[in-house]
Amino acid sequence: MDVLLFTFFALVAIVGAVSLVVQKHPISSALSLVSVMVALSVLFLLLGAEFIAAAQLVVYSGAIMVLFVFVIMLLNAGAERESRKAGLAQFLGLPLTAALLVFASYVITQSMSNAKAVKFGAFTGGGPREVGWTLFTQYLLPFEVTSILILVAIAGAVVLARKEID
Amino acid sequence: MNPAAFYPTSTDVLRFLPELILTIGGVVLLVLEALTGDHKDKSSLGYVSIGVVLAAMFAVPVALANPGVSFNGMIISDGFAAFFRMVTLLVGLFTLLCSTSYLSREKSNSGEFYLLVLFSLAGQGIMASSNELIMVFLGLEIASISSYVLAGFLREDKRGTEAALKYFLLGSFATAFFLYGISWIYGVTGATNLSAIRDALAKGTEAPSMVVAAAALMLVGLAFKVSAAPFQVWAPDVYQGAPAPISGFLSAGPKAAAFAIFIRIFQTSFDSLSSRYEPILWVLALATMFVGNFSALWQSNVKRMLGYSSIAHAGYVLVAVTTHSNVGTAGAMFYLASYALMNYGAFAAITHIAGRGEKHVSIDDLKGLASKQPVLAALLTVCLLSLTGVPLTVGFFGKFYIFKAAIDHHLYWLSALGLLNSAVAAYYYLRVISAMYMYEPKTTEHPEPVPAGIQLTMWCSAAGILTLGVFPGLVLDYANRFATFVK
Repeated sequence: MDVLLFTFFALVAIVGAVSLVVQKHPISSALSLVSVMVALSVLFLLLGAEFIAAAQLVVYSGAIMVLFVFVIMLLNAGAERESRKAGLAQFLGLPLTAALLVFASYVITQSMSNAKAVKFGAFTGGGPREVGWTLFTQYLLPFEVTSILILVAIAGAVVLARKEID
Repeated sequence: MNPAAFYPTSTDVLRFLPELILTIGGVVLLVLEALTGDHKDKSSLGYVSIGVVLAAMFAVPVALANPGVSFNGMIISDGFAAFFRMVTLLVGLFTLLCSTSYLSREKSNSGEFYLLVLFSLAGQGIMASSNELIMVFLGLEIASISSYVLAGFLREDKRGTEAALKYFLLGSFATAFFLYGISWIYGVTGATNLSAIRDALAKGTEAPSMVVAAAALMLVGLAFKVSAAPFQVWAPDVYQGAPAPISGFLSAGPKAAAFAIFIRIFQTSFDSLSSRYEPILWVLALATMFVGNFSALWQSNVKRMLGYSSIAHAGYVLVAVTTHSNVGTAGAMFYLASYALMNYGAFAAITHIAGRGEKHVSIDDLKGLASKQPVLAALLTVCLLSLTGVPLTVGFFGKFYIFKAAIDHHLYWLSALGLLNSAVAAYYYLRVISAMYMYEPKTTEHPEPVPAGIQLTMWCSAAGILTLGVFPGLVLDYANRFATFVK
């Protein structure tokens, strides 16, 4: 059952990711991304990371994707047109990506040959309590520094979006 | 475990003081910007930010006086961190000094500019002193996001906007590689702390192929940030399109911080892999020197030429990193400090010469500068001679120590080809000098006076270049003392 669940949602994630790249219309791409995010959150849940699964669902599939779709609709972006300027990249892109993926999966299967199959409920420690504990003790400084990162992003957005100074 | 064990102590705070001052200063600046109203002169905010950077510079020795890790191993305060904090802060100070007059000239003086410079410096300080991959990532992103915005700060300038967008897209792509590498190394060792990773790898029980792949992914991300070939394509476009003071900032500050973390990660965490990545760094260093120097030969735009030259100089530093030794690390530290001086000096001169809208940035525009503005031309000449590596300037000793370290470690071919490269580089630097001295000025109009901030920057960098060119020990002894990491 666990293996079935894993296989199904892993396939959904992969198909969604490929469709995200292949789709011509931005809205279709955005909706493909939603399916990737939902599938990923199920995978996190299978690993016992309940909190991350919930956050993934709420933050990515919920807030961020809604924003994406809003912006796409406000900008009234149409289907993309292909540019023929890519040149060498056009022929090399796909084979090189395939080579990277094959290499990565080879390395992982080689080095983790004795890894066990996913079993729902076998892992614990991913609840909000544990995550919160770690976040506010061991990783307190990164947590605080993230707020600077967000402040920089906000200030940057304001700079790029403000009216011209005259 | 009792959560009180994790509360930051006062020593923790002292070890993190420079970044703390920069962030608090940045937030204060944000409030001041809102209070000063819309149509006031904002250069006073520039002076406030200069004060903040000076305060942070005074905090660096305080942090150094309290060596050790803080915040549960997130930050490390050692001589290496203090050195790079000082270099990035110096570059930041120069940037702010040159920016106030530049922004007034471009009629874009606003508080956000200074704010972003301060936050970028805080990010670079975090990079220089982080002992944990999560902190490295956060510092890298804070520094990078501020840089993307600063590159496109003049929004009516199309090239600036293009530069910002290119920098943003490629930079995010590179960060993704770095992050993927972090997730792999966490998958193998279960740790993100640099020393914990080293301890885990020293046991040798982990799958080596996966560790190598993780190191390779992180190498790609870092090589992009230091503009090493073949990940350098963004650099010339960004340095050409960004406002001149920011081009100088980007080519010296974030690059030094990226090298700091590059050296720290590969000499602590991946210490046991050194024989495996040495050939890769060898090729990277050589390619970077060749691409930078030979592309710079054909440039007529001075900013773009300095952009390619900055790639070439990253190649020299990579030669020092390839040696994987304390002498090499000290050479890299010395070189990055001297590069900050000479490169920013050159960009400061370009900031002024370019004129409103940065219209005069070709080598032709420099013709006859010596007869119009002799002092400016002389100071720029000192910087360019130092970039060439002429004796009695700091650039000479920088190259000398790097190639000495390389020869000590039997990298004969790399040293020989590197020296050949620096000879080629002389051509494009001397071309600028000859344009300034050998030609009559194109126009007879009276030159504009050089703003005080730019003058101060140029005098400081020229004084630094000549002082360290005669007494390199002032900085080199320090670098030698602190080039060792806790093993």
